[in-house]
Amino acid sequence: MATTTDTVLEVCDLRTHFHTDDGLVKAVDGVSFSVRRGETLGLVGESGSGKSVACLSALRLVPTPPAAHPSGVIRFAGKDLLTLPERDLERLRGNRLAMIFQDPLTALNPYLSVGRQLTEVLEVHEGATPAAARRAAIEMLTRVGIPAAGQRIDQYPHQFSGGMRQRVMIAMALLCGPEVLFADEPTTALDVTIQAQILDLIGELQASLGTAVVLVTHDLGVVAGTADRVAVMYAGRIVEEGTTAEVFANPLHPYTQGLLASMPRIDTPSRQRLAAIPGLPPDLGQLPSGCPFHPRCQQAGDRCRQAYPEVVIASPTHRAACWETEAVS
Amino acid sequence: MTGYLVRRVLELVPTALVIIAASFALVRLAPGSPFSSEKEISPEIRRQLEAKYGFDRPLPEQFVRYVRNLLQGDLGLSTKYPQRSVNEIIATGFPVTLSLAAVALVWSLLVGMTAGIIGAVRQNTVWDHSAMMAALVGISVPSFVLGPLLVLLFSLRLQMLPPAGWGDWRHLILPGLTLGTIYAASIARLTRGGMLEVIRSDYIRTARAKGLAERLVITRHMLRGGLLPVVSYLGPAIASMLTGSVVVEKIFNLPGIGPYFVDAAFNRDYFLVMGIVLLYAFFLLLMNLVVDLLYGLLDPRIDHA
Repeated sequence: MATTTDTVLEVCDLRTHFHTDDGLVKAVDGVSFSVRRGETLGLVGESGSGKSVACLSALRLVPTPPAAHPSGVIRFAGKDLLTLPERDLERLRGNRLAMIFQDPLTALNPYLSVGRQLTEVLEVHEGATPAAARRAAIEMLTRVGIPAAGQRIDQYPHQFSGGMRQRVMIAMALLCGPEVLFADEPTTALDVTIQAQILDLIGELQASLGTAVVLVTHDLGVVAGTADRVAVMYAGRIVEEGTTAEVFANPLHPYTQGLLASMPRIDTPSRQRLAAIPGLPPDLGQLPSGCPFHPRCQQAGDRCRQAYPEVVIASPTHRAACWETEAVS
Repeated sequence: MTGYLVRRVLELVPTALVIIAASFALVRLAPGSPFSSEKEISPEIRRQLEAKYGFDRPLPEQFVRYVRNLLQGDLGLSTKYPQRSVNEIIATGFPVTLSLAAVALVWSLLVGMTAGIIGAVRQNTVWDHSAMMAALVGISVPSFVLGPLLVLLFSLRLQMLPPAGWGDWRHLILPGLTLGTIYAASIARLTRGGMLEVIRSDYIRTARAKGLAERLVITRHMLRGGLLPVVSYLGPAIASMLTGSVVVEKIFNLPGIGPYFVDAAFNRDYFLVMGIVLLYAFFLLLMNLVVDLLYGLLDPRIDHA
């Protein structure tokens, strides 16, 4: 992908490997993507495909050990996040690069008031006085839709509902107006009715702050509604990338095709069984040779068993890693 | 909160009654009597003695009288030291025991928490392994071994501290270290375990994602949750420091309450045994109450409404 002037974050050949008792696990193995200002990139894949680890690695939040230090280059604001000294990285985290997590109940500290957890961000990054930080925190809580924020700021996370907690998380992440927001399955732990509200909220704030969002999800429905572009991950690599319209209309990779086919649709008879991708996600410690998807792929040929596929470029924005793609598209 | 406190204190009443009744029964069921020592005493004198202490009355009557006196703060007379009341003996000995336990507590918290936090933050490093090895040794070495070793080093070799006896605060250092070390070791292991449980939790990752410096992540986000197991251990630990001081007070010849307790049990000094048992029980109940209150302050999810 060509680096344009408004690209805020560029990840090149990111590799995060874990040393476990069962051997080396390549959770993220050569992932590259970039996001532009105000854009939403959907990072999609099954559990264990490496999408969360890729985001955590970008902020160097994967505990080492068991993980080895991630390799590759992550360009942000003219610097490489992977080689930046810890102190400099701390200045960016929560400030210009923020993250929200899947389960807001466990992601918020149960022993500290919501207010404390918000104000410390402003105190650390902007040197705000306690009073100013509190005012700004109440303002942000109001902005994310928490009623009576002036009173609720002194309450503790367990006194909030799931959706309200995720709003608190979002407020916390956006306090300093970050340029990039990593949202790691932000709606997975929430009720379906709340999911849409939270996604809308992220979208609104993103539009007003110009924040780029990397939205990690396993839910293609979420991606279809919110993402500008999609990157599909399988076994630690991106297997297909394109604009949301391109990927949904013309999926190149058999895995993406399988994912789309397994989505329930409103226009198919409800008695009809959903198509499932046969087989199981691979054990990352013992990946098959060649294309890691070949044991589950109905189109797999000899080449697929021997070497990892070369990238097929379908359009300037649409590409996939598959030997059989030409035959498909 | 006040309502909770009142309720908890009221709940102590039946507990206290059971303790009083049980200890009264146990002391009286023990074979022998306060006056069955090696010296032969005439039945005449014996009757007079028993009348003086009220031992000639039926047991239920004695119990009622004991409880009535107890309510007025009177713990009775010692049979072994006829000129002194149990109140006096406790008043002179208990401050020594209490200050010994205080030194032991400060030492054990200081060392135990430091070692535990280092062990958890630097998990599976040389730091962690040495801290936990030291804790294992600390738990394993009994005080009657550790005490003389400390005396050997600090009193006889280095001539820094008095080897035994009672005078000023310096006499409390070695006994305090001896008594506190075993608790320091337990606290180190509890702290490490509690911290490790917290360290991998999601909210610590959030704290890091917010860009907090590691020092702030540890002090503000980890300690509170990580130290809760230590807090709940402290109640029984403090009570056990008070009672467990017996051996240390013997080793260092400190005029605390411990040696009186042992002697009183041997001498069937009914009221003195009872008095010290009730004192210990009172402290155990008090400490457990304090721990519960502290828990409520530390963990907002516990509501003492």
